[in-house]
Amino acid sequence: MAFHIPEDYYYTKEHEWAQVDENIVTVGITEFAQDQLGEVVYVELPEEGQKITQGQTFGVIESVKAVSDLYAPVSGTVIEVNASLGDDPSVLNDDPVNEGWLVRIEMDTEKELANLMRAPDYKKLISEK
Amino acid sequence: MKKTPLADTHEKLGARMVDFAGWYMPVQYIGLREEHNNVRTNVGLFDVSHMGEIRVKGPKAVETLEWLTTNDVSKLNDGEAQYSLLPNDQGGLVDDIIVYCLSKDSDYLVCVNASNKDKDFAWMTKHNKGSDMTDESDLWGQIAIQGPKALELCDRVFDIKVSEMKSFTVKSGTFKGHKIMIATTGYTGEKGCEVFVEAAGTADLWMTLLETGKDLGCMGIGLGARDTLRTEMKYSLYGHEIDDTTNPYEAGLGWVIKPAKKDFMNKAQIVGKKEAGLTRNLVGFKMLEKGIPRQGYSLFSFDNKEIGKVTSGTHSPTLDEPIGIAFIDVAYAKEGTEFLLDIRGRKVKAVVCKTPFVTK
Repeated sequence: MAFHIPEDYYYTKEHEWAQVDENIVTVGITEFAQDQLGEVVYVELPEEGQKITQGQTFGVIESVKAVSDLYAPVSGTVIEVNASLGDDPSVLNDDPVNEGWLVRIEMDTEKELANLMRAPDYKKLISEK
Repeated sequence: MKKTPLADTHEKLGARMVDFAGWYMPVQYIGLREEHNNVRTNVGLFDVSHMGEIRVKGPKAVETLEWLTTNDVSKLNDGEAQYSLLPNDQGGLVDDIIVYCLSKDSDYLVCVNASNKDKDFAWMTKHNKGSDMTDESDLWGQIAIQGPKALELCDRVFDIKVSEMKSFTVKSGTFKGHKIMIATTGYTGEKGCEVFVEAAGTADLWMTLLETGKDLGCMGIGLGARDTLRTEMKYSLYGHEIDDTTNPYEAGLGWVIKPAKKDFMNKAQIVGKKEAGLTRNLVGFKMLEKGIPRQGYSLFSFDNKEIGKVTSGTHSPTLDEPIGIAFIDVAYAKEGTEFLLDIRGRKVKAVVCKTPFVTK
């Protein structure tokens, strides 16, 4: 199975992606994650203004069978939440790396990016699964 | 991990394989919702070879099974099947089972849960009253054929006319020289049967059913859809609705307990609890606010008293909404009673509803 893994994104070992634009980070789940989850039926996301911490859970994603926690790739403040997911979480299966983004975060410090994986490492991680 | 005779077949068909109770099993082939809906509209095949088969034979077979199980084995005639329970010595349950009468008074097959097989066999052996008891689990594969078109498919493949068999009966025959037993039982609420087949013939039978049923929309169904299908029917799953602490009357299984007919293991404690008054009931419920119930979540009254626990919960593919099964204090068990469900710290409204969730 060939997953689309954008080269310019950062990745967590829990299968979140982070796209960095200056100090704004958009966060979502990878194609590998949605494939493992199966059909997504519910997403629980933080509120705008909420502070989140790298490596800590910031929300929950549920498929028919399973509940999975979402882990923050960086610390910061949530400045935007993808509201359309509440009505139609299936976007997360169809297009998790674009339309299915979850939150945008104003990042506290760029230093934390060093703790994340780049695309080649992430590809290696999922090829071992 | 233990493998069923169909493990290679599942891999070839592209199933996603997982560890289920120590067995290497398919969780899904093309997608849970599609598989689930296909069983409700066409026909699906389930590999249930991991289930255990324990053979109980000889002149002491009935006496042994009467003592070990809650239901009335003595009334079973040749070719009849019966849902039943194995009570333990603590007032709970060792397992829920199906007893097949292959020859009245002398030959019975007991089908048990995969995850409990070794425990059950040890328990039954320990409390054997002189029957000839053997674990035949490795001898048999088992395929469940379920759905509105299941009987049409069976009639194409088997010499036995499955469409003319009554529910909860069993017939022996052969498939390409392999011994089979076809039982009109199932775990989905749909028409169909479960076929025990000699292990060596399992893969051939699976592929034959798949090929022959192509025009009926026949497909392999994984464990994911097996669970959503049984939850929609409010069928118990050991480890969820029932376990070694469950009083079967509380779980709504009083219909398989026959205390007036016979004595059985730990009868006094099981029946005594009912006579003393049950404190909780197993109910189905739906959500009034957003969220999906999952096993282990707590139920609360509006005055913040903990009143129960979820045993199973999922998003129902047929209804396209969340459904749950829970043990709840009897005072709140009436249909239409609203309560709060604690979803990871968030309390949301839910309501006790009629079951099965999906009527056939």
